[in-house]
Amino acid sequence: MRLSLSKKIIFYILLTISAVLIFAPAIIAFLMSFMSSQDILTGKIIPTSLTLDNYIQVFDRSPLLHYLINSFIVSFLIMFGQLILASLAAYAFVFLNFKGRDALFFVFIATMMVPFEASIIPNFQTIRDLGWIDSYQGLSIPFFAMAFGTFLLRQNFKQIPKELKEASEIAGIGDLKFYFTVVLPVAKTSLITLGVYGFLSAWNMYLWPLLATTNDEVRTVQIGLRQLQTQEQLNEWGIIMAGAIIVVLPTLVLLFLGQKKLQQGLAEGALK
Amino acid sequence: MSEVSLEQESVTSIDFIRVKKKQRILNFIKGIMFLMPSILLFSVFLFYPMIRTIYLSFFLTDNGGVPTVFVGFDNFSSIFASPIFQKSIVSTFLFVLYTVPGAIIISLFLAVIANEKLKGIGIYRTIFSSTMGISVAAASVFWMFLFHPTMGWLNQLIGTIGLEPIGWLTDPNWALFSVSLSTIWMNIGFTFLILLGGLQSIDSYLYESADIDGAGYFYKLRRITLPMLSPTLFFVITVTFINAFQTFGQVDMLTRGGPQNETNLIVYSIYQEAFMNYQFGTASAQAIILFLIILVLTFIQFKLGERKVHYQ
Amino acid sequence: MKQVELINLSKSYEKQTEVLNEINLSIDEGEFFVLVGPSGSGKSTLLRMIAGLEDITSGVLKINEKVVNHLPPKDRDLSMVFQNYALYPHLSVEQNILFGLHAKKVAKKEQQKRLHETADMMGLGSLLKRKPKQLSGGQRQRVALARSVVSECPLCLMDEPLSNLDAKLRAHMRMEIRRLQKRLGLTMVYVTHDQVEAMTMGDRIMVLNEGKIQQVGDPITLYNEPANLFVASFIGSPKMNMGQAKIEDHHLVIENELKIPLDLTELLKITKNKGLTVGMRAEHIFRGEAEETTHLLEVVNVEQLGNETLLTFEIGKELWTAKWLGQWQVSVGNKVPVNISMKNMSFFDSETGELIKAASTPTNQEVVAI
Repeated sequence: MRLSLSKKIIFYILLTISAVLIFAPAIIAFLMSFMSSQDILTGKIIPTSLTLDNYIQVFDRSPLLHYLINSFIVSFLIMFGQLILASLAAYAFVFLNFKGRDALFFVFIATMMVPFEASIIPNFQTIRDLGWIDSYQGLSIPFFAMAFGTFLLRQNFKQIPKELKEASEIAGIGDLKFYFTVVLPVAKTSLITLGVYGFLSAWNMYLWPLLATTNDEVRTVQIGLRQLQTQEQLNEWGIIMAGAIIVVLPTLVLLFLGQKKLQQGLAEGALK
Repeated sequence: MSEVSLEQESVTSIDFIRVKKKQRILNFIKGIMFLMPSILLFSVFLFYPMIRTIYLSFFLTDNGGVPTVFVGFDNFSSIFASPIFQKSIVSTFLFVLYTVPGAIIISLFLAVIANEKLKGIGIYRTIFSSTMGISVAAASVFWMFLFHPTMGWLNQLIGTIGLEPIGWLTDPNWALFSVSLSTIWMNIGFTFLILLGGLQSIDSYLYESADIDGAGYFYKLRRITLPMLSPTLFFVITVTFINAFQTFGQVDMLTRGGPQNETNLIVYSIYQEAFMNYQFGTASAQAIILFLIILVLTFIQFKLGERKVHYQ
Repeated sequence: MKQVELINLSKSYEKQTEVLNEINLSIDEGEFFVLVGPSGSGKSTLLRMIAGLEDITSGVLKINEKVVNHLPPKDRDLSMVFQNYALYPHLSVEQNILFGLHAKKVAKKEQQKRLHETADMMGLGSLLKRKPKQLSGGQRQRVALARSVVSECPLCLMDEPLSNLDAKLRAHMRMEIRRLQKRLGLTMVYVTHDQVEAMTMGDRIMVLNEGKIQQVGDPITLYNEPANLFVASFIGSPKMNMGQAKIEDHHLVIENELKIPLDLTELLKITKNKGLTVGMRAEHIFRGEAEETTHLLEVVNVEQLGNETLLTFEIGKELWTAKWLGQWQVSVGNKVPVNISMKNMSFFDSETGELIKAASTPTNQEVVAI
């Protein structure tokens, strides 16, 4: 499919206009994070001078670093928890044959119909009664079990030839060993995809950390940003933007690195 | 002699049945062991809360959420009688109506133009998918500035073409639209990524044979691209639908449900009812309504989705 | 000694569809035993039942004189080579070969010894560090074989191991597998749908169709004395020529067209007259020399194979093929003299398909060479 030059130009124009529009909010925020409050207040679009002041200020005035560390801890916990649980469950659904397997699979499907938002009240009470408010486990454990991840990995595990499993059975290799030494390494790419996805969603979580944290101890960066926004208001836009830029940086980097994999992986898990 | 051997045969055959049964039980235990962590967590954080929510929706509670008086369906009748909840339902549906078609149409357009094999297309794809990596909180901060009544770029833009400034987040006529606008922007990344994946999986032979037949660009778009994309499109539509019903972060950041409850979407309404007003019973009733809406949507997806898969 | 014994072995799914029906069979130690049949005949299922990968519905399976129905695959002391080789894609050749030995708790030193012996034997010495992706089809096949060899299990099962290779390599690997089996004294159970593979490799062959044993025997017996029409048409290439026959006016009439004078010595053994099917191997339709010519037949197709020539004739509704050694310049439409005689024919009961009488003399091939 060769495109004529005029068509190419049309496409480039459309692409560029769209890109500018889509990226504008982020770019504006990025520019503002380097602008002095003088510039911002006078409504300048092009900054007269660039400064790192906002970044220094945001770390100075709020425990942003602490929030960042919390977010990393919680996101990694959720990511690994999801990977372990989803891969174990997917393994059972693909490689093990036992009574009730299909019924259990149906139960997993059913979990997709229950939105987390509809069950926050008892979940909050559970966490509170366990004394897990303001704790890493309270922020992460409720998200370990994940139907979508299980499906995605099940789809992928199904592509592993069943002869590999049979050859292992004949050689006397047990399920746990087969899971660790064959399935996990062979399905490495989809595990990475799911990991990236899990990390992204965990990092960006908002409602649950808002409920499950009452102080700065384990508060995540998203809620930190909320605090920043409510406290600073009005004049300190540069500082808020600097905070926001720091918050999105890790996920954007991760997204740029894993975009292709994520795109294939999500489409696969979703559609098959 | 022959009798003896016959007996032996039958003894061994009984043995098999027992051994097989044992193996079946062992297999079952093994399967459950692999599923146990997931089942356990689903039970504690999904199934139990679901049942508990239903239970709570029939009670009045104290401030800690402990059920005190059984009131039957009173919580439901009271929320449906409450103008605030009615408003919330209307706002939620309006919000869905704005955001779902908005995000889908824009993302579809972006995916179609980003599916061309052009130099540097990777950069455009990255930019279009970037909003997926931007959290609700950060995105809300970005948009909060754009919506700012005096410094915000939107009002400055409007000002340059000589229009009156708009109170994007403070004017009851505009607030829901503004929240929707920012939500569409946040959703574009994900929907774009999935749709692009769907486009790329369409077999290029289809286009080549259409080229040989001399089909034009829009003809191909209508006759090949959109029909072949329909399963992906369908999936994306349901996911966006469900996400729209679960919206919370941007409301909390941008408007706190105001002005005049214009943006008090259902999840925010649940949150307020439960964690601000400590009305866990009515909040649970609202959660049940949300659950039912999502249930119907997911069900539609499974039912229709099954049929759509054939085309792939 | 009987290495594998199957007694009334049956397999059905959900008590409805019978995949295998009352299979009785014993395979001797050191034997190369081939299971052959068309796809869906149940041959792979049978092999997988021996391996322990499929449940046995009823009947008894013995390996080394011990009942093993209930044992998991690993306790049956056997190795298996799969059609797609089942190599672990993320492991090197060496790791692939040794993968099963760790589980069997073979000492490190012994593992290395076996690895190098096997690798040398299979010509894999220089490939040990490669991944399966970097190997050719034939090399992958060898790795799969090597994995089976290092296990030192006395019984080796193979499920269509050559079907993913091209024709030339397949012929070569046939020989290699056969040599390996003899050298190591393995008992081999080999599944294939390819009758050439079965004929060239097997000490004994079992022909399976629709879950039932059609015939068990050595290759030559199967070829010369096929037990029924299925075996007759399945074994041998080109396919055995077949036709409906009846006896009329002291002649055998095939497909209402070909009349052959009755040979009384042959006739004695054919007691039945109605519903007779005759079968004749392509190489038994000789070129008619002068007075030996029995018929003049019109040629409808000619295939030159270089060392031999295949001629096709139309006999009623059937197409019959003659195979003549050497190169014959014949064109389509020519009438050629042939010698067709009853003594070279096999007779089958059309209803049951059972063999009534086999061709009397497996004729010496050299006679034909001119």
